[in-house]
Amino acid sequence: MGIEEKAGNLGVVTTSLEYVVNWGRTNAMWPLLFGLACCAIEMMGAQSANYDLSRFGMEINRASPRQADLMIVAGRVSRKMAPVVRRLYDQMSDPKWVVAMGDCAACGGVFNNYAIVQGVDEVVPVDVYVAGCPPRPEALIDGIMMLHEKVMREKISGVKERPITISQPLLQVEVAKKHG
Amino acid sequence: MMLQVPTPQEITAPALAGQSETMVLNIGPHHPSTHGVLRLVVELDGEIVVNLAPDVGFLHTGIEKTMESKTYQKAVVLTDRMDYLAPLSNNFCYALTVEQLMGVEIPQRAQVIRVLLVELQRISSHLVWLGTHALDLAAMSVFLYAMREREQILDIFELVSGARMMTSYIRVGGLAYELPAEFMPTVDTFLQRMPSHIDEYESLLTGNPLWLERTVGVGVVDADAAMAFGLTGANLRATGIPYDVRKALPYSGYETYDFEIPIGKRGDNYDRYRVRMAEMRQSVRIARQAWERLREMPPGDYMTRDRKVAPPPKEEITHSMESLIHHFKLWTEGFKPPRGDTYLSIESPRGILGCYIVSDGGPKPWRVHFRSPSFINLQALSHMSRGRMVADLIALIASLDPVLGEVDR
Amino acid sequence: MDNPTLLSRIRARFPQAVRSSTEFRGALSIDLHADAYADLVTWLRDEPTLRYDFLENICGVDYLGRTPRFEVVAHLVSMQHLHRVCLKVGLPEHNPTIASLTPLFATANYQERETYDLLGIIFTGHPSLTRILMPDDWIGHPQRKDHPLGDEEVAFTFNQEQIYARKPFARE
Repeated sequence: MGIEEKAGNLGVVTTSLEYVVNWGRTNAMWPLLFGLACCAIEMMGAQSANYDLSRFGMEINRASPRQADLMIVAGRVSRKMAPVVRRLYDQMSDPKWVVAMGDCAACGGVFNNYAIVQGVDEVVPVDVYVAGCPPRPEALIDGIMMLHEKVMREKISGVKERPITISQPLLQVEVAKKHG
Repeated sequence: MMLQVPTPQEITAPALAGQSETMVLNIGPHHPSTHGVLRLVVELDGEIVVNLAPDVGFLHTGIEKTMESKTYQKAVVLTDRMDYLAPLSNNFCYALTVEQLMGVEIPQRAQVIRVLLVELQRISSHLVWLGTHALDLAAMSVFLYAMREREQILDIFELVSGARMMTSYIRVGGLAYELPAEFMPTVDTFLQRMPSHIDEYESLLTGNPLWLERTVGVGVVDADAAMAFGLTGANLRATGIPYDVRKALPYSGYETYDFEIPIGKRGDNYDRYRVRMAEMRQSVRIARQAWERLREMPPGDYMTRDRKVAPPPKEEITHSMESLIHHFKLWTEGFKPPRGDTYLSIESPRGILGCYIVSDGGPKPWRVHFRSPSFINLQALSHMSRGRMVADLIALIASLDPVLGEVDR
Repeated sequence: MDNPTLLSRIRARFPQAVRSSTEFRGALSIDLHADAYADLVTWLRDEPTLRYDFLENICGVDYLGRTPRFEVVAHLVSMQHLHRVCLKVGLPEHNPTIASLTPLFATANYQERETYDLLGIIFTGHPSLTRILMPDDWIGHPQRKDHPLGDEEVAFTFNQEQIYARKPFARE
């Protein structure tokens, strides 16, 4: 079973260092246990039994930013909270990534007013934006998969690529509505 | 009796000036057990909480102000995002208040569907409370079980509205759409299974010595203090006061349903736990009665026929110019309630959710204010935690069940 | 307890306090003079035949352009009589000051701080009237009608480049 059966007799496996490093980073990406608003409940949903985010090596949410490498900004960021979010980001050790989960984190969503930061990208650099209000757990998992793809392409020089936006809703749920 | 709610500055200032012998500990706003972005400034003597000040506002969203710039019907969307564990209760409270302002009668069938959905919402909200409360006290598996059943309720909401959480299904004047055909059997299956699931959670926790150790006698509040602090919902009923808006000032036909108000005796964490578990059973009971009424009802309206609020039916729009114009005006300009102000409160999963609306006769509300139960319940936290350990404080926050979206609005 | 009985009892006990009263959709609202407010609430709470002992809600409203401009609205509930009454006090535009209910009801504490924070109404006798929802260094009271909503221009495909050029994107 596993790699020892396939490569057991070969003795040596050759690959690029970048590939191995990025493979390791994607398969043990620890998110920061950090919920802001409604999206945090769907993030909890993604981690519970039905969606089971731990299939992707993410079952451990670190409460301390020092031990986390992925920040999922789940929810609206208020002007009062924005400095806290930035401070948490600064406390995370490199390499680190940010997923803006939901419309509020991506662009302010329905709350275009004095209290809400219009997009968390004003506060922290975002790698993946996930649309939805709130995004379904599948959408969050899809966003994280997309981030994994992005991480796999990363160079060791540390140059980051431009953010990826999910422009099309990837999950369209058909609901039978009978209009009487 | 000391019923003060200190501010964070009152605790930090003497400590910063070096005048106090105690230690000041800052918890949050990023902390796994504060259930969101609550910040607590705790004054400690060893491990004993001497004083505590909650610091809120980290999720202030300006919902009330934003609603003033939307028409009455469009503002429903914003109410969803207030108490995000019970969006339908918020819709319900807001819709009832606007209906009271307008003096609109809602069809019987829509009222029954509303009650059914709101009771399901109460169960789903209590399930998240149960899961996170148990998780805070290191009982991991309850969380997984509770989220499993919650997904089933979310599936029902998805079935009726297309969204799992932010449904905006209860609109001013009735409901957003007709129920799908699968609704009745799905709810039936769920209601059949739910009591045995509640037994399952209770078998994990109710007699569990570890659970009893962490909850019995922790976070005690007596009835007088609870009334003074304005505690509502299960937090009030755990102290022995049987006040439930559904019984006291009934709305939406709650007086015709047969249910009981569970109450506690001591007002500690364990009583709050028992009250909420019993409430889930009562919600199943109410939902079952509503389901049976719905089954016996002939198909009918899901929206009022009052043209002040509801658009004309689609068939009419296709051949009547006036109806088309009316439809267009209703969705672009909105309806105009008479001048006046009105207040109404409902029993949300967290307590008394009130809504105060002032109308200036225009299509947009002049002022909307929500009396959010979490915000007011949170005031009692310092009173309840004084003299206890820090670990009890964590159990207490979970037991009070604040939702920060509602605290800060 | 019904609305006329309550109103006549209040008028009998505090003849000078009531400015006007309205009944809208079955709910009684009483417009009060500011100086009688705290005394009246104390009496409503302590009078054994009334027992309006639960302060359900207290909030403020800004009627810009009207005199008096501000209004504080309190909803009291009697759990004994299952009756609710709404008390309103108009306050002037300059220095809107009213007695705090916090000494009577501990629950008023946060609600009055919120009203102060968002509308700038000052409650005398409040133990710690500071900002609660907005940051401490915030200027202005956002729920006042003359405070702008503070919305930003929404980016569409035709204008997004101009907006994004102005937007302060964060760096590493």
